[in-house]
Amino acid sequence: MARQIVIDPVTRIEGHAKITILLDDQGAVEDALFHVTQFRGFEKFVEGRPFHEMPAVMARICGICPVSHLVASAKACDALLAVRIPETAVKLRRLLNLAQFVQSHALSFFHLSSPDLLMGMDADPAQRNIFGVIQQQPELARDGVRLRQIGQKIIEILAGKRIHPSWVVPGGVSNPLTAERREQILAMIPDAFAIIHRTLDWYKIAFEQFRDEIRVFGNIPSLFLGLVTESEPGEHNAMFEHYDGKFRFVDESGNIVLDQVDPARYMDYIGEAVEPHSYLKSPYFKPKGYPNGIYRVGPLARLNIIDRCGTPQADREWTEFRALRRGVVLSSFHYHYARLIEILYSVETIQRLLNEPDILSPKVRAEAGVNALEGVGVSEAPRGLLIHHYKINEQGLLTWANMIIATGHNNLAMNQSVLQVAKHFVVSEKLTEGMLNRVEAVIRCYDPCLSCSTHAAGKMPLQIELKNSRGEVIDELVRG
Amino acid sequence: MSPQPVPQVRVVTLKIDGRDVGATEDETILEVARQNGIFIPTLCYLDGLPSIGACRICLCEIKGANKLLPACVTRVQEGMEVTTDSERLTRYRKTIVEMLFAERNHVCAVCVSNGHCELQSMAQKLGITHVHMPYRYPKLTVDATHARFVQDDNRCVLCTRCVRVCDEVEGAHTWDIMGRGIDARVITDLNQAWGDSSSCTGCGKCVHVCPTGALTEKGRSTAEMVKKQQFLQYLMQMREAKQ
Repeated sequence: MARQIVIDPVTRIEGHAKITILLDDQGAVEDALFHVTQFRGFEKFVEGRPFHEMPAVMARICGICPVSHLVASAKACDALLAVRIPETAVKLRRLLNLAQFVQSHALSFFHLSSPDLLMGMDADPAQRNIFGVIQQQPELARDGVRLRQIGQKIIEILAGKRIHPSWVVPGGVSNPLTAERREQILAMIPDAFAIIHRTLDWYKIAFEQFRDEIRVFGNIPSLFLGLVTESEPGEHNAMFEHYDGKFRFVDESGNIVLDQVDPARYMDYIGEAVEPHSYLKSPYFKPKGYPNGIYRVGPLARLNIIDRCGTPQADREWTEFRALRRGVVLSSFHYHYARLIEILYSVETIQRLLNEPDILSPKVRAEAGVNALEGVGVSEAPRGLLIHHYKINEQGLLTWANMIIATGHNNLAMNQSVLQVAKHFVVSEKLTEGMLNRVEAVIRCYDPCLSCSTHAAGKMPLQIELKNSRGEVIDELVRG
Repeated sequence: MSPQPVPQVRVVTLKIDGRDVGATEDETILEVARQNGIFIPTLCYLDGLPSIGACRICLCEIKGANKLLPACVTRVQEGMEVTTDSERLTRYRKTIVEMLFAERNHVCAVCVSNGHCELQSMAQKLGITHVHMPYRYPKLTVDATHARFVQDDNRCVLCTRCVRVCDEVEGAHTWDIMGRGIDARVITDLNQAWGDSSSCTGCGKCVHVCPTGALTEKGRSTAEMVKKQQFLQYLMQMREAKQ
């Protein structure tokens, strides 16, 4: 008899989602689906609003990564103003975006995933959470809390507040950086370096015990997409980029499929399919069609598409990372590793930017009216490529908006990853915690950001239902 | 020629919140209260503009009166006993402000006037944490046709400060009210787009006297619109001095 296992809600991710595992008559996994169950509607309700409000409105999409939306939205608005914003404003926005990488990656790695990594996938769920980490390895928990605090503090120092600041505006930023604030940020850098190096050392030993998981946690062929620095197309000298730059698509063997594409032309290459089981659209690489055009974005993709990071310490770690596999690193388990290397890159770059001579320049905003009726803003959010695309009328009021968020890009890959893990680990009709936790854990690798809500404490109840082909519940497991 | 007779204005004494205060009979309760350092909350009132008692936030209890009276338009009388603050008044004031929030789309978090809005600060002062009635979510438009200013009906509380300043101070009478009750709206000229108005001088007085984000300067992002209202009193003083 065909059966269905539903994991609802998926815990320790940002937002609300559920997973359905479909079993065939023999009890083997036939299919698995990742559903995003919440509907937001931002693209609709911003219609008619002045575009100058967009960065702050769009930042409300998420409480974890408001800065990412601020940056991408402000870039789309810059395109509507059709101005080149002051160089110092670009640097300040970069600083803010990197601080966001530090805090968000720290949240994902330490608060959400380190319980699995420290205690193993089969540990008691009552212990397998951040509080368990605090008990078992307090220094790891302390490092996580401190590192996230540093990222948040930098955002607060730059933008006025930690969550939903409105400092990034169309044309630049609203206030310049002061010398005193620069010193406050610089004073935290040594601490950040010490923590990230300590964590990398710990992780490189810890992940060895997850060989099984690494083999089947989204270890799938796919394309990888992200921004790289501008260079000659196809030449292997592009570096890590998170604010400007061009698109690069790389295939599962590490070959460059498409390079140096203007992000404003994203629609030429990215299509969006809609599946009835989820509110999350499924973007795909148009030339390969749907669903073959599966691609991944985010830390793993970013480290797979570049030829080097561009900072000395991150480059050393990156070289080691890429040696994990010939070509590109395919297993989504390594998103965790990539996240740590990106934190290191971010800390190095924050330090470099703060020491640039023009970082305190008071010229941080370009003023202009409506000079273009359509604008695209693209940046790298911690979870991957973020696209904001607006159309306005002559008055500057929004007539249309489209956004593709990182979690959307990864949708097809997350579905395939869930299926791969379920096929490998859900082998009997008897459900176990460890089995189901692995299905959730592969989703956590992608650190999906499904909305502005977070369940960082791992306290959400988990309900699993076994259903037969007629939809009747034949078994139920509840934890909470 | 004999000198003009000086109009006789009688001096009265009254009690406000139990305090004996002196005033002249042409003064309002609000003016006398402020002279004596007694706070009465107001929203549609603005020093320098004629008062209309529209918002009812400044309602006070007057001994012997069978209804509450707005302090901004009620003149003092000999022997009056006024209470400006009581549990009942706070309850009414809170309800009025809650109704203003429920009536239109006041989204403070992303409003250009966030942090500099009189409606928002009034709610904070009154200790409003929730709106206890259902929001109406009306579908209202934004007029951004003017080269320098934006009018957003979503944030308007119909205080008519814009109408009054434009008519009484600027002398243009670009703004007026159209419709009645819940359908009332401020309009420019004969409900034409602001940018097409032939009477608007573009002085910006309406923008700066507006208590909320209903009238703002174009190009302002969230929380960036700071209103400057000192000009009004200065203008009025200069005009009085000339007369």
